Amino acid sequence: MPRRTPFHARTAALCTSQNWQDWSGYLSANSYELDHMREYNAVRTTCALFDISPLFKYHVRGRDAGRLLDRMVTRDVSKCRVGQVMYTPWCDDDGKVIDDGTVARLGEDFFRLTAAIPTLDWLQDNAFGLTVEIEDVTHDFGGLALQGPTSRDLLQQLTGADLGSLPYFHLVDDKVAGMPTRISRTGYTGDLGYEIFVEPKGAEAVWDALVEMGRAYNLQPAGNVALDVVRIEAGLLLIDVDFVSSKKTFFEVQKSTPYELGLGWTVKLRKKHFVGREALRREKARGAASATVGLVLDILALEKIYAGYGMPLQLPYTSWNVAVPVYADEDQRNHIGKATSGTWSPILKQYVVIARVKPQHAELGSHLFVEKTVEGRRFAVPAEVVKMPFFDPARKKEMPS
Amino acid sequence: MMAEYDAIVVGGGHNGLTCAAYLARAGRKTLVLERRHVLGGAAVTEEIHPGFKFTVCSYVVSLMRPEVIRELELARHGLHILPLQSAFAPMENGDYLAIYPDEGSTREEIRRHSKRDADMAPKFNQLMYEMAFAVKPIVGMVPPDPSRPGLRGLRTLRDLGRHLQGLGRETFHHLTKTMTMSVADLLDEWFESDIVKAYAALNGIIGTKLGPQSPGTAYVLLHHYMGELDGAFTAWGWQRGGTGGVSDAIANAARSHGAEIRCEAPVARVLVRDGRAVGVALENGDEIYAKTVVSGCDPRVTFRKLVEEKELPEDFVAAIDRFKFRGSSGKVNLALDALPRFTAMKDPALMQMIEICPSMDYLERAYDDASYGGFSKRPFLDIIIPSTIDPTMAPPGKHVMSIFVQYASYDMPEYGNRDEQRDAFGNAVIDTLTEFAPNLKDIILHRQVLTPWDLEQKFGLTEGNIFQGELTLDQLFFLRPAPGWADYRTPIRSYYQCGSGTHPGGGITSGPGRLAALEILRDRN
Repeated sequence: MPRRTPFHARTAALCTSQNWQDWSGYLSANSYELDHMREYNAVRTTCALFDISPLFKYHVRGRDAGRLLDRMVTRDVSKCRVGQVMYTPWCDDDGKVIDDGTVARLGEDFFRLTAAIPTLDWLQDNAFGLTVEIEDVTHDFGGLALQGPTSRDLLQQLTGADLGSLPYFHLVDDKVAGMPTRISRTGYTGDLGYEIFVEPKGAEAVWDALVEMGRAYNLQPAGNVALDVVRIEAGLLLIDVDFVSSKKTFFEVQKSTPYELGLGWTVKLRKKHFVGREALRREKARGAASATVGLVLDILALEKIYAGYGMPLQLPYTSWNVAVPVYADEDQRNHIGKATSGTWSPILKQYVVIARVKPQHAELGSHLFVEKTVEGRRFAVPAEVVKMPFFDPARKKEMPS
Repeated sequence: MMAEYDAIVVGGGHNGLTCAAYLARAGRKTLVLERRHVLGGAAVTEEIHPGFKFTVCSYVVSLMRPEVIRELELARHGLHILPLQSAFAPMENGDYLAIYPDEGSTREEIRRHSKRDADMAPKFNQLMYEMAFAVKPIVGMVPPDPSRPGLRGLRTLRDLGRHLQGLGRETFHHLTKTMTMSVADLLDEWFESDIVKAYAALNGIIGTKLGPQSPGTAYVLLHHYMGELDGAFTAWGWQRGGTGGVSDAIANAARSHGAEIRCEAPVARVLVRDGRAVGVALENGDEIYAKTVVSGCDPRVTFRKLVEEKELPEDFVAAIDRFKFRGSSGKVNLALDALPRFTAMKDPALMQMIEICPSMDYLERAYDDASYGGFSKRPFLDIIIPSTIDPTMAPPGKHVMSIFVQYASYDMPEYGNRDEQRDAFGNAVIDTLTEFAPNLKDIILHRQVLTPWDLEQKFGLTEGNIFQGELTLDQLFFLRPAPGWADYRTPIRSYYQCGSGTHPGGGITSGPGRLAALEILRDRN
């Protein structure tokens, strides 16, 4: 029996599609209506409310809490100020990515780590010889992601915290609808948005207040189908789709380093020690074996392929995430990588794809070919390497004037 | 007299801006002159009541040409279209018809009215899409003149003939019938439920002074099936910020290519020397010279106001004078303190598009009312409440309602002077809608009413026709706006036309603007 999040009574009542999936052992809504477009548009136009309770959450306390996290993740946690949140991957000894998540500094010696896969054992293994207390608080907090252009105005109606002065990737503890919550300006949508964590006993009250106040702000509960479209637009990688955790596979070919994932900026080699540092230092000197790139498919070319069958152009309104080959040539002889996820972006009016390719083909403006099957036949569709994120609105980081 | 510009575009409507964007993109030094203080022509958003933005005229987007979106990179410049996926049509007996975003729910809903219609609806849509796909190449081509095609025209006609032959007999026959039938007859062949027919008939009469029983309305329906959003033939969309947002996106694209755009710069006339357009004279007396002048205004303004009659051949003047405008619709825009409560509406998610078209007879009667002037006592209303999906239109918790009203005549003398006519017309609309949403009158903060006459005064649309000329078969393709002059050229050298009064016609398509620009770029001026 899958677990139910602290918001389940509310989400289940609204989930008319009964479209659920497993997320780390929890029931998680894929879409509330049969069609996800309203939810997608809410993220980019008004605001959407996602139940993100299944995220793994850990509290790390004690004199060596910062040292433990610094030892584990690639970013420099000593630079993380109280109230700040850092996005970071963490690696194994070979520099291969295990997972990514956020480190939040809640106090001088008090941190919270969020993760996509269970991480208690890895925290404990790395804590050898350190004075820390590690607690798995995954089930102790429900989480909501309130994402979209009107999210700040809506949330501000319900909390005393001054959201106008809360910078991107920072958090604040304050009440929402009278319930103690932890509000961070973070998300997985690449838009203005907040994540709100609350103990299960206050969860429904917070949900109800958001939904009630949300009527004036066009709030829309949203699920994983819409989320996957917006996270691709935002150029954010998804575990098990765009990369595989090195803990989950025996096969080197499936593993990847932060450099290969376009996360080189998170690797702080100046830090004296962290897991995987030596391997990553060598890789940096040598150059990564592959690179993650954003591709925009040439839809005129795709339209021509369909026209060859007398058909109008067909575009994927939901994301796909089964890898397809990427070639350097139209004849599909020179295979140079794989496209791991893609979608039609309604807001960009572009067909956007995240791909991993040989580094010599990763330069901006490079012309590549992505395999596309039309009516059971393979075609190579021209694509151009572009900057990621594909969609990056100023409001994501901006402070209100 | 030195030409300061390669091209001057008269009128900053969406087609004028499109034309300017393409010309500037090709390196032409281009100037757009707009009479009003805002750009967009009839594709405009204005804050009429403090905090409330109205899509004063046009209100939805569907027919925007995908090649224009791509070529001008409009998404980058602010185009952001949200699909309108549901519709709600209340009936006079308290029941309703709803259209949902998913096919299954819609079928179940139609089944309540007719089991057979539920099966037929997807097949009907399929056929309409097929025909829309079939005529799609026509929408994107410069109309050849079949009587004097020239080499290029012959090639176009040959390709067109081949394309039509390739459709298969059945589609071709359906297409021919659709071109000539009334929408009522067409729907009678398919459906039995009256409300299903009434709802389907809407797009056959919208913007046209014809009733559902009038021949030619089936084509108007097909015209509206040509809407494409994201590569799929789909329903209507809403531009974030209103249709003015589309014009702004096109204007941004034009400026990014170096075009200059001036508002509050009304053009008095086009300067013609020796049968050649050489520039424009503004109302303030300034003269600006250019190698090419393009008019985005409707054919009446383009040929009968901006230039003198002596510059044009007699038969051409006669053809333009015969071109039918006959505005048939008005607009009421409301600022609302809260959402209206529709007696028949159970699901609040349906508060997007609302159609007051309770029966086929209702629509025909609405037409009858206005056939001899005046307006429908109980008009057909095409309503959207964009503030339910777009927070930029109204303050939180407040709403704006855009009501397209049909039928209304240009002349309605029985109601007194123009102000009294406007009031009477507005009252008829509000009274009709209140029958279905009883709290309406209590929540109105502000109302803006536009009769066809107002549309003409405010936007320069002759007789208030929203398409710059009716979309009837005798005024389409190589006949739009006049036989022999459908290729965006005019009898005056270096004077061109790029408004909705040219092919492929009305609606926010950018089609005329783009095709006109491509023709201008072919000519050496």
